[in-house]
Amino acid sequence: MSELAAAQIEQLEHSDSPHLSPNQRAWRRFKRNRVAFLSLWVLLCLAIVVSVWPLLLKTLSATGAAGTSVAQQLEPDRVSDDQFRSPNSRHWFGTDVHGRDLLSRVLYGAQVSLMVGMVGACVSLVIGVLWGAIAGYCGGRTDNVMMRMVDVIYSLPSIIFVIVLITTLEGVLKAWLSRGTTLGVDTWARVIFLILGLGAVSWLTMARIVRGQVLSLRNRPFVEASQALGAGPVRVLARHIIPNILGVAIVYLTLTVPEIVLYESFLSYLGLGIQPPMASWGSLIAEGADQINPIRIYWWLIVFPGAFLAMTLLALNFLGDGLRDAWDVRVDR
Amino acid sequence: MYFLRRVFLLGPLLLVISLLAFVLVRLAPGGPFDRERKPASPEIERQLKAKYHLDEPWWKQYGRFLGGLAQGDFGVSLQYRNHTVNDIIAQALPVSATLGMLAFGFSMGVGIPIGYFSAVRRGHWQEYSGSLFAILMICIPAFIVAPLLIMVVGIQWRLLPVALWASPLHAVLPVTALGLYFSGRVARLMREGMLGVMPSEFIRAARAKGLSETTLLLRHALPMALLPVISYAGPLLADLLTGSFVIETIFQIPGLGAFFVNGSLNRDYTLVVGLVMLYAVLLIVLNLLVDWIYVLLDPRVRYE
Repeated sequence: MSELAAAQIEQLEHSDSPHLSPNQRAWRRFKRNRVAFLSLWVLLCLAIVVSVWPLLLKTLSATGAAGTSVAQQLEPDRVSDDQFRSPNSRHWFGTDVHGRDLLSRVLYGAQVSLMVGMVGACVSLVIGVLWGAIAGYCGGRTDNVMMRMVDVIYSLPSIIFVIVLITTLEGVLKAWLSRGTTLGVDTWARVIFLILGLGAVSWLTMARIVRGQVLSLRNRPFVEASQALGAGPVRVLARHIIPNILGVAIVYLTLTVPEIVLYESFLSYLGLGIQPPMASWGSLIAEGADQINPIRIYWWLIVFPGAFLAMTLLALNFLGDGLRDAWDVRVDR
Repeated sequence: MYFLRRVFLLGPLLLVISLLAFVLVRLAPGGPFDRERKPASPEIERQLKAKYHLDEPWWKQYGRFLGGLAQGDFGVSLQYRNHTVNDIIAQALPVSATLGMLAFGFSMGVGIPIGYFSAVRRGHWQEYSGSLFAILMICIPAFIVAPLLIMVVGIQWRLLPVALWASPLHAVLPVTALGLYFSGRVARLMREGMLGVMPSEFIRAARAKGLSETTLLLRHALPMALLPVISYAGPLLADLLTGSFVIETIFQIPGLGAFFVNGSLNRDYTLVVGLVMLYAVLLIVLNLLVDWIYVLLDPRVRYE
């Protein structure tokens, strides 16, 4: 968009209603971006379908014998003899090596993939904002040391970090479990580690952005006023600085989510992430790639989970770009 | 002067990174001998540990490692014990590096023209198709593209071999699968770079001088617009040269990628630290190179 057009839009907005907050104006700019707005709807629809699907299966099995059998066919973890069926009216996305319905597995996998992406991004938000804010606010030597640490971590391959984090956390959990707590947290524990591990390696860029923002806020009059009134550094950060950078951080958060979804898929693909019979998009694609052979082609095993993954990443990227443009955040690397 | 100082800083930086990697791999629970010959008697394990000095305190081991490093020796791999880490690198690095260089060339060769035209031909089909290509490539990871390529080109049409690393034909599919993703990133950066340069004043001045549009774009705008691509290319090349696990696994290519992942999974301390060092050296040197190219391309860039 050229500067002239931007100015015109600005003018229009002022003539509409002169008393809009910067956030309201940014939201209006965002709504004009059709692709980004459409992406928001796509993601919402996906979230609704993914959360409604298990309920739908439950209600189906409650309706009677016919409904129960259909619901059983669609059960994501139910092994059957219908192996490698290509997409048909009973199994819309076909079935996999164990005769499980692929549509159900893709939708259940979506739960894991989306949850890991969103919660992992939130973990990276917390670490990144705290790290960047403290480094930027303290300045001087503290800033130097903290940011050099970020540089060093950048130059280590993150896969090693993730593996060490996940296995270490797992060791801690096993020790904790052996002291006699309830079992069954095991399957979810893996997911939680994955989230923590991924969040812990993806905060670096966030920390850099936040630090830059804090540097520019640090000497503003309202911060100085607060300091003059006797507020300590914790209070200044919590009350004045962090609320002001949160918008920028959240915009960047939407760009972190696709990165983490991708990373999770990659790790599950390696067998480090989600363990079977649980599924995520990455592990589903990996299962499909395992079945490649020169005799028969099971394209649906890769195309459907891959399409869902690609569509989600596309929507998240468009959404993130739209939000970034609307709030005018500069991402300097 | 500036670059000389950077080169001198390389040593301490590598020391910090090696220390970090060294401590990090040892932090993870378990050891390199957990998986073999179960149940290994405690004596065997103790002897193994003593042989590889794993029973010493870690700072002593680190000192030993540094001693080896000074002679360019990373030690013996703890998992593949009749190979030294240097052997493994010497065997697998050429394969990974060839694949990586080809994929690098592919992503630059595809990405730069697409990004360039999608910025120059704004409002024409080149812009829309170029931007679409870039965003699609970014959103379709290599582990989707590679199986699809294998299924369609390799198995359905039987045009190209789908695995192993023997002839130039074997390289086509892995290089494409690996390069496509990065070509999307490169195209995007190139486009943003061009769009950023076009409104600047020296371009207006050059246009006022009466230069033809082609000279203007290629001689004056392009070098500036390449800067973001180049700063992305440094780390990218380091990444690609040290191997890609996914592509190497899918196409069964004997490169470094698998050693990276298996080494960290099996707590092969020496191998992991050796590979991290290799990666770090490449990354730092390439970043230095990037900064140097910056000076060549943009006369305004000065490092104190």
